[in-house]
Amino acid sequence: MPISFEIPERIQQNLQMAEALARGIMRPEARALDENEHQRPETFIKMTWPVSREQQKRALDKLAARAASDAPQREGPGIRMVDMIHTFEMLSWGDVGQLLCMPTPLLAGAAIEAVGTPEQQERFLRRYAEGDAPVWGAMAMTEPGAGSDTSAIQTTAVLDEATNEWVLNGEKIFCTNGKLSLDESNGVVVVWATVDRSAGRAGMKPFVVEAGTPGVTVEKVEIKHGIRASDTASIVLKDARIPYDNILGSPEVRQRDTTEGSKGAMATFDASRPLIAASAIGVGRAALEFVKEKLADEGITIPYDAPYHALSAVQRDVLEMEAQLKAAWLLTLRAASLMDHGQANNLEASMAKTKAGKVVTWVTQKAVEILGPLGYSREWLVEKWMRDAKINDIYEGTGQINTLIVARRILDYSSRELR
Amino acid sequence: MINFTPTEEQQMLIDAVRRYSANEVRPVAHDSDENCGFPDKVIQTGWALGILPGNIPEALGGFGESHSAVTGALAYEELAYGDLSLALHLMAPALVAVPLMLDGTPEQRAEFMDLFLDETPPPVTAALIEPRIAFDPARPQTTAVAENGHYRLNGRKAYVPLAEGAEWILVYAWNAGAERVDAFFVRGDAPGLVAGPRERLMGVRALPTYPVTLEDVRVEAAYRLGGEAGADVARLMAHSRVALAALAVGVMRGALEYAVDYAKQREQFGAPIATRQAIAFMLAECAIEVDAARLMAWEAAWKLDQGEDATREAALAKAYADKAAVLVADSAVQTLGGYGYIREYPVERWLRNARGFAAFDGLAMV
Repeated sequence: MPISFEIPERIQQNLQMAEALARGIMRPEARALDENEHQRPETFIKMTWPVSREQQKRALDKLAARAASDAPQREGPGIRMVDMIHTFEMLSWGDVGQLLCMPTPLLAGAAIEAVGTPEQQERFLRRYAEGDAPVWGAMAMTEPGAGSDTSAIQTTAVLDEATNEWVLNGEKIFCTNGKLSLDESNGVVVVWATVDRSAGRAGMKPFVVEAGTPGVTVEKVEIKHGIRASDTASIVLKDARIPYDNILGSPEVRQRDTTEGSKGAMATFDASRPLIAASAIGVGRAALEFVKEKLADEGITIPYDAPYHALSAVQRDVLEMEAQLKAAWLLTLRAASLMDHGQANNLEASMAKTKAGKVVTWVTQKAVEILGPLGYSREWLVEKWMRDAKINDIYEGTGQINTLIVARRILDYSSRELR
Repeated sequence: MINFTPTEEQQMLIDAVRRYSANEVRPVAHDSDENCGFPDKVIQTGWALGILPGNIPEALGGFGESHSAVTGALAYEELAYGDLSLALHLMAPALVAVPLMLDGTPEQRAEFMDLFLDETPPPVTAALIEPRIAFDPARPQTTAVAENGHYRLNGRKAYVPLAEGAEWILVYAWNAGAERVDAFFVRGDAPGLVAGPRERLMGVRALPTYPVTLEDVRVEAAYRLGGEAGADVARLMAHSRVALAALAVGVMRGALEYAVDYAKQREQFGAPIATRQAIAFMLAECAIEVDAARLMAWEAAWKLDQGEDATREAALAKAYADKAAVLVADSAVQTLGGYGYIREYPVERWLRNARGFAAFDGLAMV
């Protein structure tokens, strides 16, 4: 197969539906949801649940078929990443805050798909593939004292051999959809905890905590700069008991001071980072298109083949915004495509995420600048897009953490050699 | 179907050009820059790789399946990884071959196409750039005025590679009567055409380039590229921008690779400088830019191969690559510090070469 940038028919059809949703539902409600933080995007949730449910069903059946087959295991996600990034980009163009509220297993799904057994996949993910009521999932990693340095997590998991249960204690913060998963639906949250604090990363294990588990409380939801429609929860675990089989992967602490334990988390990043990059780019494209529209109203068009000296400063800005967004998008497309081909994409995923986070932060800030009083006004969405965009340079690994990963990869250094 | 892996044939071509660049070009690149020219033997070995005839379809006399800008871009990156002057020198015949393939009349192809299948590089080149700050390839000041079955060309060109001794020069001019840009096959010894003396440039010093002046140069109407219909010069510019973007990627990849190796070797304060985030982050950013520029060049090339309008993609890819090449080459110099500034090390040459892309519109064609 030759090098190709052709978007398959299947994706083009999906995009048409996604665009209709973005234009028809998300955009009209975006402002109100931003102004009324923590109000749920009811219409969006109602409309997307059946779609998401069917998609999860297909993905789950595919995983099950794969597990049952004797054929060599083809690595790769249940849902094609290239399809996912296109949808994410378009729905983020609609409204990223609402998109984040889409009823899906989200990062819990990624972790369970990546390291869960077929039995666990069925037990934890089936709920996302059936029923009338929407279900959410979440991942809880960050703690007040452990941000980028995930090895510093303090939440503990202790095995009670008498009951064969894990007992979880600790506090998790910045958990996207934590409240939706635990309080507002019968969802699951993948909680990272340590079984041996002295073992560092090797002691870190993911545990599946289901809604309704005694001892698990959502303490608060954050009040944020942007993505205000999205639910960012603090979760307290106080002697929360979960069955032994809710651990993802092996409970053994293999080797002290290796990254073994956190590999599962890192694997989910390979999937989530291209998605976040795509989402960022959707917000950036929204801002860029708005700028071009408003400039066109003023009679300013953007020529592509004019020489540098013939362009105004604003035209140069817009061309640069466009080029940067395209660069970020192509890096994202590559990271997603590699994953679909079952190839390693760790470096490429971090490249895409670094680039997209940085570019979209800049593009949206530039959009507000170029549009002057129009850009700064809450009558329009540009200022909201600028606030929404910034999160992309922070969550799923800050720009700096992802740059560090790229640096280690290209220099062939371990995390110890390049800190 | 989205895919980022070259075909097997393309990979073989990449490997062959990469070997040539590493074994034949790199060892003489420094001296060639200092001496303002590559040894004939290196040019000859490069020509024997068959990059250009391999990208001319059999139907037009070449030995390729079809003309592909993607394949060309892959080869150009590898050539520029060896040396940019060499790449521009070796591929100068493409400045005529590609326009012929895309826009030439059957008669024009019959007359010129065989040139590109010779065992030695054909003495042909093209003249687009003009010596002024405000040069616009879409509005050259060189004019072509139609007069009874021929055109009369007047104007000043610059950056014409290998103009001295060229048998044919494809000259771009403003066709005043038709109000459009056209290209004309002009004999190197046509009365009124004067090439030289050789230009002295900041970089690509091993590439011989010349100013060319045209004073009432007479060209038969049959030698207007595309004949009666003329040529789609905007599309040719897109092919040129893709070529230049791919070449820029080769330059920056070479610079990044060198800087990475150096940073891992060079110890200061008791450790390799690459173990410091100040250096490591700079190199990581460069790595992202190299890959982004490559993907943009590929996308534009792919679009051209689909027969679609790639004006936007090619322009964005070229503009992006211009900036990225300078950033990466500059970062490489910075990584080497004082040594980066010394001509014995290649990074300062790569910085001089990289800065040229902003001025090179039309100097390469894929």
